[in-house]
Amino acid sequence: MIEVHNIQKAFNGNPVLKGITCTFETGKCNLLLGGSGTGKSVLLQCIVGLMKPDLGSITFDGLVFTNNKVDIKQEIRRKIGMLFQGGALFDSMTVYENTEFPLKMLTPEMSKEERRDRVEFCLKRVGLENAGTKMPSEISGGMKKRVGIARAIAPNCTYLFCDEPNSGLDPQTSIKIDELIYEITHEYGITTVVITHDMNSVIEIGDHIIYLHKGQKLWDGNKDEILNTTVPELKEFIFSSSLVRAAKKVDEEAQGGLAAATTDEAINI
Amino acid sequence: MVKTFGEFLIFMQSMLVRKERFKVLWQRMLDEAILIGIDSVFIVAIVSAFIGAVTCVQIAYNLINPLIPKSTIGFMVREMTILELAPTITSIVLAGKVGSSIAGGLGTMRITEQVDALEVMGINSASYLVLPKIVAAMLMFPLLVILAMVLSIMGGYLAGTLSGAMSAQEYIEGIRTDFVPYNIVFALIKSVVFAFLVSAISSYKGYYTKGGALEVGAASTGAVTNSIIAILLADYVLAAVLL
Repeated sequence: MIEVHNIQKAFNGNPVLKGITCTFETGKCNLLLGGSGTGKSVLLQCIVGLMKPDLGSITFDGLVFTNNKVDIKQEIRRKIGMLFQGGALFDSMTVYENTEFPLKMLTPEMSKEERRDRVEFCLKRVGLENAGTKMPSEISGGMKKRVGIARAIAPNCTYLFCDEPNSGLDPQTSIKIDELIYEITHEYGITTVVITHDMNSVIEIGDHIIYLHKGQKLWDGNKDEILNTTVPELKEFIFSSSLVRAAKKVDEEAQGGLAAATTDEAINI
Repeated sequence: MVKTFGEFLIFMQSMLVRKERFKVLWQRMLDEAILIGIDSVFIVAIVSAFIGAVTCVQIAYNLINPLIPKSTIGFMVREMTILELAPTITSIVLAGKVGSSIAGGLGTMRITEQVDALEVMGINSASYLVLPKIVAAMLMFPLLVILAMVLSIMGGYLAGTLSGAMSAQEYIEGIRTDFVPYNIVFALIKSVVFAFLVSAISSYKGYYTKGGALEVGAASTGAVTNSIIAILLADYVLAAVLL
């Protein structure tokens, strides 16, 4: 479990995070939802240690991450896997070498054969068992994301962070990536945090959703509760999605049809 | 300016804490040595051979006094090559080739989040990416400078003899006259200092790139410009202190 307590961050006096407190639950897909510029990425960067918050604390399974000793921070970081927006694969390495890299660096006690087995397993798990020899420049955006996931899970990470895993992907590939993240989270019982503004992802994989608006947490709940929210900003955000609007329209039409049919029946009786 | 220098010093210090295992850094250093050293042999060879040849021809053109022996041309080519042309010009050429490559490479890694990926894994990206580059440059620059010295003097020999400005015997006599071995040591010290400046400045420029492709280009240009200025300043300081 990751606990975030009163995180504040400002750039040149402009507050971006205004005291966010939330919890990311173990074994669940935790979604950080919000529009552009609401502070999702800044919060994620603070959690993984790429940025230092001005105030507040972050705890990983009871271990305090912020302002702690370097050794403890390193210990926590070695349990973190991250899927970056663009994949962030190392250009000079093949898909196989990219997946093997964290194992080489973080687990020197592993033999070459053990590493090979683990890499082959991870690549197979993300459906890329035949792409090991390819360079990142030779594979598609969706495949890059898959390699990113394989690289993140290779060292048996406890926490998986995904920064907009669907960005730049077609809807079908997006769904596949979402499914993969969801399956991996539940299969290995890891704590997954996904940044998204895609309502499809919310409906598909949102075990626990935290909605950010102007640097503040306005709502949290799960995918079944989100459509019944009473928070006006979240309502506006949800119904700005054309797919949700279309679904709502179909639903209303169906209900209208049902109501009309009921009225006709009543008249007949 | 002071703030930038302070940041540069902090950057240098950050490379030396939380270092990766020696085996990893050694392998990285060998890879960088190939990129910095082996891949630069061709350009260094071409530049130094022609500089030696042109130096020889121009000295011969200006040295018209019959009282001055022709062997003086060889002597002057050797002195100019060892003291200045080989270490300084080679380092300036390498600042263009290696410096822009280091800054561009690190800048691209930064904007495509590859540096962040290393940091999230708990790897000290400055130590992993930059330290091997600096060590490799400090090992390879002196070797390239030695190559440049040899080829420059050979270039002078070919130009002098083929143009008929002097005989081979006169040239060889010239390059053997009043040889001071310390000059070679001085040139190698210069090359090590220049290597550090080029690789460290270029790494700093690339590592802290922010933005997109345009900024990567700007970082490369800045790396080359600052490296060349630093080389020229250090050249003067070293000459004043060590000679």
